[in-house]
Amino acid sequence: MTSVLVKDLSLSFGAVEVLKKLNLDVQQGEFVVLLGPSGCGKSTLLNCIAGLLDVSTGQIFINGKNVTWEEPKDRGIGMVFQSYALYPQMTVEGNLSFGLKNARLPREEIAKRIARAAEILQIEPLLKRKPAALSGGQRQRVAIGRALVRDVDVFLFDEPLSNLDAKLRAELRVEIKRLHQQLANTMIYVTHDQIEAMTLADRIAVMRGGLIQQFDSPQAIYNKPVNRFVAGFIGSPGMNFLEGSIAAGPAFSADGVDVPLARYDFTATPVAGQKVSFGIRPEHVALNSGADWPFSARVKVDVVEPMGSDTLVWTKLGSHNLAVRVPTERMPASGDTVDIGFDPMRASIFDSGEGGRL
Amino acid sequence: MADAVLTSHPAAGVEPFGPRPRRVFSRRNIFLYGTLIMVSLYYLLPLYVMIVTSLKGMPEIRFGNVFAPPLEITFEPWVKAWSTACTGLNCEGLSRGFWNSVRITIPSVIVSIAIASINGYALANWRFKGANIFFTILIVGAFIPYQVMIYPIVIILREMGIYGTLTGLVLVHTIFGMPINTLLFRNYFASVPEELFKAARVDGAGFWGIYFRIMLPMSLPIFVVAMIIQVTGIWNDFLFGVVYTKPETYPMTVQLNNIVNSVQGVKEYNVNMAATLLTGLVPLIVYFISGKLFVRGIAAGAVKG
Amino acid sequence: MATETSKRPNTLFRNLNAKIASLPMIFTALVVFVGGTVWTVVYSFTNSRLLPRLQFVGLDQYERLWSTPRWLASIENLMIYGVLSLIFSLTIGFVLAALLDQKIRFESVFRTIILYPFALSFIVTGLVWQWLLNPDFGVQHFVRGLGWETFTFNPLYDQSIVIYGILIAALWQGTGLVMCLMLAGLRGIDEDIWKAARVDGIPMWKTYIFIVIPMMRPVFVTTLVIIASGIVRVYDLVVAQTSGGPGHASEVPAKYVYDYMFSAQNLGQGFAASTMMLLTVLIVVVPWAYLEFGGRNKRG
Repeated sequence: MTSVLVKDLSLSFGAVEVLKKLNLDVQQGEFVVLLGPSGCGKSTLLNCIAGLLDVSTGQIFINGKNVTWEEPKDRGIGMVFQSYALYPQMTVEGNLSFGLKNARLPREEIAKRIARAAEILQIEPLLKRKPAALSGGQRQRVAIGRALVRDVDVFLFDEPLSNLDAKLRAELRVEIKRLHQQLANTMIYVTHDQIEAMTLADRIAVMRGGLIQQFDSPQAIYNKPVNRFVAGFIGSPGMNFLEGSIAAGPAFSADGVDVPLARYDFTATPVAGQKVSFGIRPEHVALNSGADWPFSARVKVDVVEPMGSDTLVWTKLGSHNLAVRVPTERMPASGDTVDIGFDPMRASIFDSGEGGRL
Repeated sequence: MADAVLTSHPAAGVEPFGPRPRRVFSRRNIFLYGTLIMVSLYYLLPLYVMIVTSLKGMPEIRFGNVFAPPLEITFEPWVKAWSTACTGLNCEGLSRGFWNSVRITIPSVIVSIAIASINGYALANWRFKGANIFFTILIVGAFIPYQVMIYPIVIILREMGIYGTLTGLVLVHTIFGMPINTLLFRNYFASVPEELFKAARVDGAGFWGIYFRIMLPMSLPIFVVAMIIQVTGIWNDFLFGVVYTKPETYPMTVQLNNIVNSVQGVKEYNVNMAATLLTGLVPLIVYFISGKLFVRGIAAGAVKG
Repeated sequence: MATETSKRPNTLFRNLNAKIASLPMIFTALVVFVGGTVWTVVYSFTNSRLLPRLQFVGLDQYERLWSTPRWLASIENLMIYGVLSLIFSLTIGFVLAALLDQKIRFESVFRTIILYPFALSFIVTGLVWQWLLNPDFGVQHFVRGLGWETFTFNPLYDQSIVIYGILIAALWQGTGLVMCLMLAGLRGIDEDIWKAARVDGIPMWKTYIFIVIPMMRPVFVTTLVIIASGIVRVYDLVVAQTSGGPGHASEVPAKYVYDYMFSAQNLGQGFAASTMMLLTVLIVVVPWAYLEFGGRNKRG
């Protein structure tokens, strides 16, 4: 069942088109992450769903009801903000109850809901404190609690973890995931952090320039990006791209490198001579593995970047830089000559012009 | 070897070690503090002269010099300035002007700040179409000489039947305090994280709900700043007091000027200075109590929208 | 898809509360500021005397204005006073701010002392300086008492220099403000600029003149506009200190307007003179507003 439906949504600020006839369909209980670089319109889209921004054209449905013109409070949503947005002069309890009091709920009901939210989020000891006396992680918990007490079907998160340090971010990420499993609400979550997106989402909507580029499971987005933008945006370190063209066979050819593509799963028919980008992730290239790869080459190591558990090895394939990710214990030294190999099945090939996947 | 290098340093008798030596009476410090102290003395001089003059008797003023401290301290000039100094035929002293100014300042400050803060809030958080046009007019209007608008306002007040009344003057102060204070509040509310406002909307609070429950409790400092601007500004006003009130309700500044610059009678400089000090006392007290906030208030005038 | 569940928002009633709350602002902007200004300009072309009358006489009031010696004296005074007070208050204000910015002790004490006159009204300022400059009791009397029997410093009773007497008082009252604005500007300069200049061995005065002052251009411009619009308005100070005398030697336009409107019962002259004041301000403010706000809009 559809929980949130966005139909042909456009939004312009003056001459600037922030969202361009965008469509999005979120299922009941699904965790959807809106992911993209800054300025791609992801937060704008979330604010439109919340009713905090007026749309230029298009419609928004929540639980089958057209809420395009509804006030935020009437949409059945709760929202968590990046800066927590806690009311500084109210206690935690006051923050949690403010919306319920505005909705004129009976006092017992308010107390019941606050107790439940405080229990779920383990913030009972903090209820009488003011936000200034809380740590960043506690504040964000209270902010989530404020959405929780509203007892709504849809939770909207606007980069909720961006203001926290790396360690806390990882902790709260797990907690949000746990919360989702426990409540089974629909959650729409905006972030620019791909780790958050990959770990949390049932489906990720990768956005760019006011449009959704790809809306799919994290695995599909990682393994089969639909265009060069998505391929380059997802993954860290980023995908290697070799610029070249399709040769007969079919094969990929670029100054001295020829990769047979017999095992590659084409989604469109390749034309010989077509200019393409050949993308392969650093973790999909093997180094000195001894195995027999459909493609292999002997290259020299330029630079070695140890990153802890993994090491990034920079080599040159033809005239292109190529990064290879290897476990640190098998790290070569710079200047070494090594063998590399990969399976073209794991690669992605994009048209050089349009950028679409072949 | 290392030792030898260290100890045989040619230039300095003492090896540089630890913090660089700093002399308290360096040329730079003497120049710096000397200049600042001279400047401070210059700025304090008029206040000092006011005080000593107001504490002297007239004979001492006539034969001594202005900078000399009083030989015999007398508070009579203060008493006279407060209760019996004459303006024209009226000899009630400055006290009448003082109470008039109090009666003018309190409602003017309250009304002007209430309206300006709501304006600023509406402009920062509820931008409706055309709001910025009115705001721009307001800011540009702040630079229009008052003289251009004085007479039309006389007509407006007369039509409303409040020309020459306290209500009329309160309205005038509200109008002319609006640009700077609206700007002040607008900038302050605009600096409040927008997400707070969004959160309150999701929580179902409306225009007044967010104003009274969220914004107002958060912005006490800026209300204090606005109060400082308004109290000193309205207390110090002369032009509006002269134009829009009658002699019985003249504010303190107008009455002070009438007392000091009246051509009748013998000039009593000690009484004049006591009266001048009395008039300056309220803004001076506000200034010395408020300290940093006062600076913030006047700097707010320079903050561009 | 059906839309009947939602109320269609009417554009006029959207943000209705915000609009109602803004009514006083709209009234002030449209009726008082725009309406009042237009009204005054229109009536400056009439021969209104005791009461405003719509009997147009073309530019008569302006011709009379510019042939009145008192108005010409006002304009001349305003020019001298304006130029000098701009130069002096900006220079003194900046130098004082630079001195205070040297990480000195007791900074707030010095700042408090230099700024306190700004809290006082022009009336109080004018009366204090009237007393200090009183030839029989004030500074002149004091210096003569020290032995310089012929020392003369009597601006308030000397037609040719009376405007400088007012200038002294005005600078005493207003430089504190300029200093504060400049200090805020100096504090807004990136600390790293100073570090870089120190590493490069650039002397402090050169850093100020060639790096810091150019960086503070917006602060200077804003301060200039604030001082300038204050200069055009100068009124209370003159009334308190000299009442425009001796003779008409310290008259200023704002006083001319007031006197013609409320004492001489010649409204038309007052309107014409105030329109000229408006014009002066526009010459200062419009280019500034254009640079400051017009430019910003283009940048988005």
